[in-house]
Amino acid sequence: MNFELTKEQKKWAEQASDFTNQYIIPDAHHWDQNEMIPDTIFSLLGKLGYLGALIPSKYGGLEMDIISFGLLNEEIGRGCSSTRSLLTVQTMVGLAIVKWGSQELRDYWLPLLASGEVLGSFALTEPELGSDAAKHQTTATKKSEHYLLNGVKTYITFGTKADLFLIFASVDNKSTAFLVPANTPNLTIESINGMLGCRAASLAKLTFIDCPIHRENMLARPGFGFSHVGNIALNNGRLTVAWGCVGILRACLDSAMAYAHKREQFGKQLKEHQLIQEMLTNMITHYRAAKLLCLEASHLANKHNHQSIGAISTAKYFASTAALRAASDAVQILGANGCRSTATVQRFFRDAKIMEIIEGSTQIQQQLIFNLTAKEYLKKRQNIEV
Amino acid sequence: MTTLTEIDIKKQIKTFILAYLSLEDISDDYDLFETGLVNSAFAMQLVTFLESEFAITFQNDDLEIKNFQSIRCICDFILYKQNVT
Repeated sequence: MNFELTKEQKKWAEQASDFTNQYIIPDAHHWDQNEMIPDTIFSLLGKLGYLGALIPSKYGGLEMDIISFGLLNEEIGRGCSSTRSLLTVQTMVGLAIVKWGSQELRDYWLPLLASGEVLGSFALTEPELGSDAAKHQTTATKKSEHYLLNGVKTYITFGTKADLFLIFASVDNKSTAFLVPANTPNLTIESINGMLGCRAASLAKLTFIDCPIHRENMLARPGFGFSHVGNIALNNGRLTVAWGCVGILRACLDSAMAYAHKREQFGKQLKEHQLIQEMLTNMITHYRAAKLLCLEASHLANKHNHQSIGAISTAKYFASTAALRAASDAVQILGANGCRSTATVQRFFRDAKIMEIIEGSTQIQQQLIFNLTAKEYLKKRQNIEV
Repeated sequence: MTTLTEIDIKKQIKTFILAYLSLEDISDDYDLFETGLVNSAFAMQLVTFLESEFAITFQNDDLEIKNFQSIRCICDFILYKQNVT
């Protein structure tokens, strides 16, 4: 595979880098402390088209290729994982509608999502439902032209800011997906604060009590909600998280290298000490490896190759675990200075841990990787003597 | 583009499915749902494979279990989609 970036891809990366340096990095610390991103940032992201990056141009989206979108996520993730999470959930909702929405739903919602006039949020997790994601306890009961939603969704990223939710509920014990506007009657949205990481991601708990949803807001038929609607969204979500982790890796490497260059102990710069060099070397290697895995997965996704799904899980698994190691080592290199609330590396450390959990935990990715790719290796090596 | 025969299509589908099964062979009527093969992890892979391999696009109305039930059902669906587009 040729991973040399095209001019277009380099352009997107450079633009996103400038945006991150100018608008995100200076204030990301405050957003984390205040658990809030200002609305002006959402407007800027919308004006630049980032919120509709993968939406087809006929609906007002940028129709970016997947590699360009990945590079965008790397740069935004380098500055702030909470901000990058907005790109994740917005795109998840948009892609689900592009693929499985009726023409009416596409015509109505996609231009609004593309411009950022509507913010979307993906609502799968429930208080009793995390990794076992297909067994929704939220129900949708048919009543004439509507379905009545009952249940609770929790830890919903940008739930307090979203105008539109992609909700998964059970219709006659079959997983089903619905688009639910935030102003739907009998929907209560409560803020969740004090999380370990991604503190500015505006998490929410959603409570539905007989919320009426018109049947035309159903995406795909009952029985295909999680398997098809959910999975197309989660697949893309995982890839954006993986790229965001590449951004975290780079940010940790930059911070640790700068500090190790400046700080002296025992008569020499930290970067001259071998055990510090070991940690920096690991960061360099893991950054490069994570980026290559993301490029491979994005390249396969661009070609609509089914092997992209296993590749995406591999990228997410590696990049998120590597980001946590890098952030931990960056804090270690900075020592007590890295533990202060004002240090960026401690924010990366907390955010990196969240990356191991969201869009399918590390353990779920490991299971997926094995289930989707191991048999290919087993069949090729059956005749090898051990 | 070369037109594939029904036999070619079934062969390609079977090759793909067997890559993920611990079986040497399955019949064209092997029930993929009853055996739990078409679980959520495999579902999107199957859709992606069928779309790219046979130049068809699945849409909302195409999501019916009967279109994915067996190799024969999938083949019939592909031929239908190819004739419609």
